[in-house]
Amino acid sequence: MAALMVISFKVNAQVKISGKVTDKHDKGIAGVSISIKDSYDGATSDSSGNYSFITTEKGAHLLQTTAMGYKSYDENINIAQTSLHINISLKEEITELKAVVISAGTFEASDQKRASALSPIDIVTTASANADITGALKTLPGTQQVGESEGLFVRGGTAEESKIFIDGTLVNKFFYTSEPQLATRGRFNPFLFKGTIFSSGGYSALYGQALSSVLLLESIDLPERTSADFGISYLAANAGLQKLSKNKKSSWGFTYAYTNLALAFGIIKQKQDYFRIPVINEGDANFRIKTSATGILKYFGSFSTTNLGLRNQDVDSLTMKDAFGLKNFYIYHNLSWRETIGKGWKLNTGVAYSNNKDDISNELQDSENKKQSPADSIFAYKNFQLSNRDNYFNAKIVFEKKLLSLSAIRFGSEYNYSNEKTTFTEYNGMQYPQIIKENLFSGFAETDVYLTNDIAAKIGVRTEHSQLLDKWNLAPRMSVAYKFQDKGQLSLAYGIFYENPDRKYLPSNAQLHFSQATHYIAQYQKISNERIFRAEIFYKKYKDLIKTGLSNYNTIVAINNNGFGDAKGIEFFWRDKKTIKNLDYWVSYSYLDTKRDFLNYPYSIEPPFATKHTASLVVKEFVTKMKTQFNGSYTFATGRPYYDINYDYTNNKYKIFDQGHTKSYNDISLSINYLPDIGKTNAKKFTVFVLSVSNVFGFNKIYTYNYSANNMRKLAVTPPSKRFIYLGCFISFGIDRSQDEINNHL
Amino acid sequence: MKKIILNAGFLLLAVASMAQSDKYVNAMKANIAQLDSMVVKQNSVELANNFERIAEAEKTQWLPYYYAAYCTVIQAMVSQDKSKNDDIADKAQQLIAKADSINGKENSETDVIKAMISIAHMVVDPQSRYMTYGPEYQALIEESEALDSTNPRPALLQAQNTFYTPEQFGGGKDAAKPFFEKAKALDDKFKPETDLSPNWGKSAINYFLSQYK
Repeated sequence: MAALMVISFKVNAQVKISGKVTDKHDKGIAGVSISIKDSYDGATSDSSGNYSFITTEKGAHLLQTTAMGYKSYDENINIAQTSLHINISLKEEITELKAVVISAGTFEASDQKRASALSPIDIVTTASANADITGALKTLPGTQQVGESEGLFVRGGTAEESKIFIDGTLVNKFFYTSEPQLATRGRFNPFLFKGTIFSSGGYSALYGQALSSVLLLESIDLPERTSADFGISYLAANAGLQKLSKNKKSSWGFTYAYTNLALAFGIIKQKQDYFRIPVINEGDANFRIKTSATGILKYFGSFSTTNLGLRNQDVDSLTMKDAFGLKNFYIYHNLSWRETIGKGWKLNTGVAYSNNKDDISNELQDSENKKQSPADSIFAYKNFQLSNRDNYFNAKIVFEKKLLSLSAIRFGSEYNYSNEKTTFTEYNGMQYPQIIKENLFSGFAETDVYLTNDIAAKIGVRTEHSQLLDKWNLAPRMSVAYKFQDKGQLSLAYGIFYENPDRKYLPSNAQLHFSQATHYIAQYQKISNERIFRAEIFYKKYKDLIKTGLSNYNTIVAINNNGFGDAKGIEFFWRDKKTIKNLDYWVSYSYLDTKRDFLNYPYSIEPPFATKHTASLVVKEFVTKMKTQFNGSYTFATGRPYYDINYDYTNNKYKIFDQGHTKSYNDISLSINYLPDIGKTNAKKFTVFVLSVSNVFGFNKIYTYNYSANNMRKLAVTPPSKRFIYLGCFISFGIDRSQDEINNHL
Repeated sequence: MKKIILNAGFLLLAVASMAQSDKYVNAMKANIAQLDSMVVKQNSVELANNFERIAEAEKTQWLPYYYAAYCTVIQAMVSQDKSKNDDIADKAQQLIAKADSINGKENSETDVIKAMISIAHMVVDPQSRYMTYGPEYQALIEESEALDSTNPRPALLQAQNTFYTPEQFGGGKDAAKPFFEKAKALDDKFKPETDLSPNWGKSAINYFLSQYK
């Protein structure tokens, strides 16, 4: 009797639980799971956020609510006889994918940040870049088309105002040694890096000594598989091996490359005549070890030797040439370690050492290539030798602690050591040795604050002490970003940036201090589904720039920090990978209005390395049927100002004897990549054929003009050849590890 | 009287425990029956949640976690908005990992789900991701077939993946046909271990094979 009564009791107890799940804007959320802990009973919210279910549970229970992208919510409930109506409001989870990105002034590309610019594949397939990292960056807004000098000229700044870092530490001689009237390439292969962050202003407190911009390169971790890589082109041949250990926890590898431009210069006539065809021998080695599930130790080392000699038309004489010879030896070592060190702390540290030797000779020669030694001082000084022996050591350590959600604090310090010995040998054999040493210590602290997915701020401070200048500086950096409901974002950035005077103008008897630039940047960005739109407006105020004068030895030295300047402008960027199938294109436009008074400028002028309008269109299309990628780029820039600035001995000051604007710059480049092995499952090799032609239509380009010492003649500085054609093939033989994976599991 | 109450007590207990496993079986069957139509009816989120509730309540059964993972990863396969794929695939991964840990090791069926998770990650950005996820997917398919050569589902997954891969990449309708036929042959002979064991795919196989007539 009693048993029967108990059974009937259980069968009748059914209670309805219902309600609505909403977000902070009171909008219903669909697909939310509402359930009673340890029970089958529950429901999923419909498209309006409404849910409803029947439960047979009784008494005190926990009602759990979970939804992807939201913080879970639990509520204690008591189930009696009456139905329950429970409305739930969920808070968004702050995740990297959804959170607002502090991006003012920054283009970031890595495996995780799919949206914006340059992955290594992007760099190698940008037609005008010739697989050079900075070549590809010149199609982004903020950069200027300076073809006769290497480096990144950003928003009215010189190349010295842009610094490059690998795994956090400064790289001192990122580009091959300067040659007259040529922009040399970066020494590093884009495929060494998995991530690039190009910041055209307002960058983080972790970096300094760059008035305009920083380029942050992050090297790859472990390779996907063991592979042997070969490349051959009519300029160079390379071979290398990357070995991934069986347990996939470490790898090592090396590469060797030989470049000889004899064939290339035979086919493509160069403006300069070469008495020593450029020959480059390079090698690199690396190892990577996973020190734990979360940590990795990486080493990369490279060496390079360059030998070349070329003759340029001399600017002061119609009949004579300047024969420039260069022998260079360079080594670079970088060791970095990142590791999680418990309780949410992360450590990121690195050291880098580089040694650079240049032996440069310049000889005045007649039309028969015989050395000339005229007594006239203008010509006498053209015969000289210059040797550089440079040693650099850079170290950095950063501690980071994750706070709530994505918020974090980080702090650390940086040490930069440089020892640069220059020996200048005059035409008469007199030698002038000079050593400039610097010990630069920096400390920095920064915090990322994510209040919600919609508002984030980055506030930092950096301090530096230069032993060379015997001065301190303290620089604030801050940026803030706000995300709108339609996924658009507004970012603002402000910061002060300090930089040492350029070594070229040291040593100096004057008491110099840091040059300074203050950045104000506002950016609007919208990323949606493979399309990105970005508009940025900036104002840069330069202070304490170096002014130069002639020393007692007739060399150019810094005399004070009375220089100043400003740069303002607006830039647009639009990239679309979606609208047309297999077509990826981007358009960038920069407007720059800048003036400065520095070096030997007699007053504030538009500098010759900046122009008002620059625009680029880059197009890439992958034709699946042909397994071929077609790339094209068109770059336009208005003419650059050029000046004849010379010392006016009559009035004892610098004077502009002549000036003008070059005609506008146009370049259309095309390249084709054929990948015969793409899409083959279990492919043992991966091949890429590359054909690229720069300046296809042969536009005449004039970068600037050089003036003769007597101000009577000017010589156009033009590219070494009208067009450049590159043809090469790269094969990677891989050992597929999937068979190993199966064996490990069975 | 005491004896009657005691016996009634035992009866209740027996009834209660039978009812619970009946409850489990009935709930599972009810949800499994809806799997074939979930893509059309667009209720895979609801089914995933249903299975997850059963899984969390039972705690010692791998099948509800398996089905929850399956219904979750399916969302990524059919969704047009690839930006959510990583989150969906990660959720499916958590669920299938629980299934594996209850069993102590992976099995042919959980490998199929993991292969689907690889594809979900890969299609977000095939150009940069196929090097990581391609071999992973391939290895999981091969392991699944090695662990149970009678399972039609790895062949079905491979068939569907091949069907949607461009011809130039070794895919396409013709390249997929032998895989569909292999899947059909295996499915016709397949004997699931229990009433609740994975046995889905027949309607997909028939639908695709009908495309070839």
